Amino acid sequence: MATLARLQARSTFVAQQYYFRNSVVDLFRKKEYDAAVKIQSWFRGCQVRAYIRNLHRITTVIQKWWRSYSGRQEYQLIVKFASCAMKMNLYNAMAVRIQRRWRGYRIRKYCFNYFYLKEYLRAVSETNDAIREALEEFAEMKEREEKKADLEREEKKRDYQARKMHYLLSTKQIPGVYNSPFRKDPDPWELRLQKAKPLTSQRSKAKPKRCISLSNWLACTSARSFPRSEILPPIDRKQCQGPFRDITEVLEQRYKPLEPTLRVAEPIDELKLARGEFRRQEWMRNVNDNMFLPFSSYHKNKKYIPLMNSSSKYSPNSYGSQHFRDENPKKWICDKDFQTVLPSFDLFSKYGKLYSKAGQII
Amino acid sequence: MSQRQVLQVFEQYQKARTQFVQMVAELATRPQNIETLQNAGVMSLLRPLLLDVVPTIQQTAALALGRLANYNDDLAEAVVKGDILPQLVYSLAEQNRFYKKAAAFVLRAVGKHSPQLAQAIVDCGALDTLVICLEDFDPGVKEAAAWALGYIARHNAELSQAVVDAGAVPLLVLCIQEPEIALKRIAASALSDISKHSPELAQTVVDAGAIAHLAQMILNPDSKLKRQVLSALSQIAKHSVDLAEMVVEAEIFPVVLTCLKDKDEYVKKNASTLIREIAKHTPELSQLIVNAGGVAAVIDCIGSCKGNIRLPGIMMLGYVAAHSENLAMAVIISKGVPQLSICLSEEPEDHIKAAAAWAIGQIGRHTPEHARAVAVTNTLPVLLSLYMSTESSEDLQVKSKKAIKNILQKCTYLPALEPFLYDAPPNILKHVVGQFSKVLPHDSKARRLFVTSGGLKKVQEIKAEPGSLLQEYINSINNCYPEEIVRYYSPGYSDTLLQRVDSYQPLTN
Repeated sequence: MATLARLQARSTFVAQQYYFRNSVVDLFRKKEYDAAVKIQSWFRGCQVRAYIRNLHRITTVIQKWWRSYSGRQEYQLIVKFASCAMKMNLYNAMAVRIQRRWRGYRIRKYCFNYFYLKEYLRAVSETNDAIREALEEFAEMKEREEKKADLEREEKKRDYQARKMHYLLSTKQIPGVYNSPFRKDPDPWELRLQKAKPLTSQRSKAKPKRCISLSNWLACTSARSFPRSEILPPIDRKQCQGPFRDITEVLEQRYKPLEPTLRVAEPIDELKLARGEFRRQEWMRNVNDNMFLPFSSYHKNKKYIPLMNSSSKYSPNSYGSQHFRDENPKKWICDKDFQTVLPSFDLFSKYGKLYSKAGQII
Repeated sequence: MSQRQVLQVFEQYQKARTQFVQMVAELATRPQNIETLQNAGVMSLLRPLLLDVVPTIQQTAALALGRLANYNDDLAEAVVKGDILPQLVYSLAEQNRFYKKAAAFVLRAVGKHSPQLAQAIVDCGALDTLVICLEDFDPGVKEAAAWALGYIARHNAELSQAVVDAGAVPLLVLCIQEPEIALKRIAASALSDISKHSPELAQTVVDAGAIAHLAQMILNPDSKLKRQVLSALSQIAKHSVDLAEMVVEAEIFPVVLTCLKDKDEYVKKNASTLIREIAKHTPELSQLIVNAGGVAAVIDCIGSCKGNIRLPGIMMLGYVAAHSENLAMAVIISKGVPQLSICLSEEPEDHIKAAAAWAIGQIGRHTPEHARAVAVTNTLPVLLSLYMSTESSEDLQVKSKKAIKNILQKCTYLPALEPFLYDAPPNILKHVVGQFSKVLPHDSKARRLFVTSGGLKKVQEIKAEPGSLLQEYINSINNCYPEEIVRYYSPGYSDTLLQRVDSYQPLTN
């Protein structure tokens, strides 16, 4: 019982102690446990880390090598492309240089040659100047010719007038109209009149010559027309002496018209003139100038008249002269004509064309 | 009654007829008698005299009829209605040369008035007999026949074709070669009338070998003949390039240029017409003319004439310049532009001014060089005044406006453009300002000049809608100058300055 009492007195203390010692041991145990765990985990961690480090190192090596390899490949590709590009740029630059020169040359020479244009314009202006000069000269020449013609006409007119007015010339006794005594010099017309030849009735020579046949003479025997010759009797004849008959009677007698006999009434070549007249009438009237021949003598003066077909301006029909078959291409079955079986032989094509004189008539 | 007395009656009657017909023919030469004659019924009296036995009476009756028909178309119609034409045509074939001349004269007088009368002549078969007359020996008959054919062919293409179908053209070409000048003239005029209607007719004339003979006759001294020959050649050349080339191949250059110096005005006109018709087809033909010195000759010719004579020459310069810029430059160096501007200012007629304006526009429109050459002759203000003037015709206004536009679009010669800033209407002002905006950014001297001459001030005063082309141009001009200058010249700047003066408080010490 005492132990019981002692136990019971110590129970709480035992309980406490029991609890305390368990818990301390737990604590201790836990601490030790934690320490052991920590140490183990740390060690394991180090192990693993070392392993991973190794792995890292290995991987790095592999990757390094791989990356360097692929990097080198890329680099080579880049270098290749860069060198190609550089070469292409160089070629392009060269080509551009050539093309630039060529295009400039082409445009300047063929499409628009500036210097040629300048040259052309200069040539044009020179031609213009030359033409202007030539035309000026031409115009001047024309004017000169016209003036000359005008002057000549004037001169001729004045000359003709002077000839018509020749009777106004001054004589020793009577000064003429243009030679007034109050003037110092005679008028230029005076000098002209002196030089001028008087107009005679010879100016009828300018008119077409009417043939003065006897019939014309006889025609003007009417009472009014005075039958006289063309030339008047000279003025400065001496006066006729003696008892004078009436001058008109005398002149009538002197210039009596001719009363020809029948034989001389016609001109001597009347037959020829009549024939000529007749021929002229016929020529005017006739359509055909060929003489009409009687049929019996027709063949004697036969002149060959070619066929109208071959002498018209259309080409002559070659049937009968070149070929003797009638050709009608529309009736042909195929589109080619008959062929001759043999070609024509050229026996006579060289006739007369060789140099030898064999067989020629000399 | 004795035989003599009987015969005397007939003689008296013949004398009376002769006298009547001669008096009528003489009276018909004066226009004032013709009315009276018509009212007296002269047509019906003359008609039976055409069938008279005596040839002289026939001829004189025909002559009188011709003179009457020549006067006006009523009488000509009366001739046609009176059935006189078939009788004339029938006897044309048979009678002597005086009658033929008189009958051809009647046909010509009837045919010249209108196409219907000419058709009536063709319908009664006169063409064949006229063509037979062309083969006659007497040159007077040939002349009358050719004249009649020419007048018939003048009206329209069908009548010309009828004349050609009758076979007149080869005979006319033969007539040209005859020695008589009058016959040559008439034949050339007839060929000209035939070939003017259509290219086919011209080709027919060319096929008969007319060009060589016509080209030879250019050297003939007679002016009237030259007129007709040049007119014929120009009618042939105007239709197509081939015909023009054939005319040129006949070696008319440079002989034709001497005709430009002829005394006769119409020879000059026809010669410049010929050159114009050749130049208008292709650049190669124009080049040929330029190389032969034709441009200088035409310019001198323009300088020596006045009025309508100048017109073909002016048009020729326009055509040449229109083909290409090298040819326009050739016109410029031949001193064409001063001459054209003289024409523009001197001439009273609007159509000649319009042609000159067109020609100047064609010259100046190619490159800035050309525009400069036109601008230095001070032509642009004249063109502007013509465009703005209310008295100018529509055509003149349109042509001067086009010319101004074309030249302004290429003009970089600023001293000539400046007056335009002040006077021009808005549609032209736009182009002027546009040109300034193109030139000023690149040229510093021009900028300075622009400012000192007051151009910048004027540009600021222009009112333009924002966003329009004009506003853009004005902006690009303003961008060439520093801002102070632009503000200085903007309108109302003096007012703003004065306002600042008003509002300024001086610092009180």
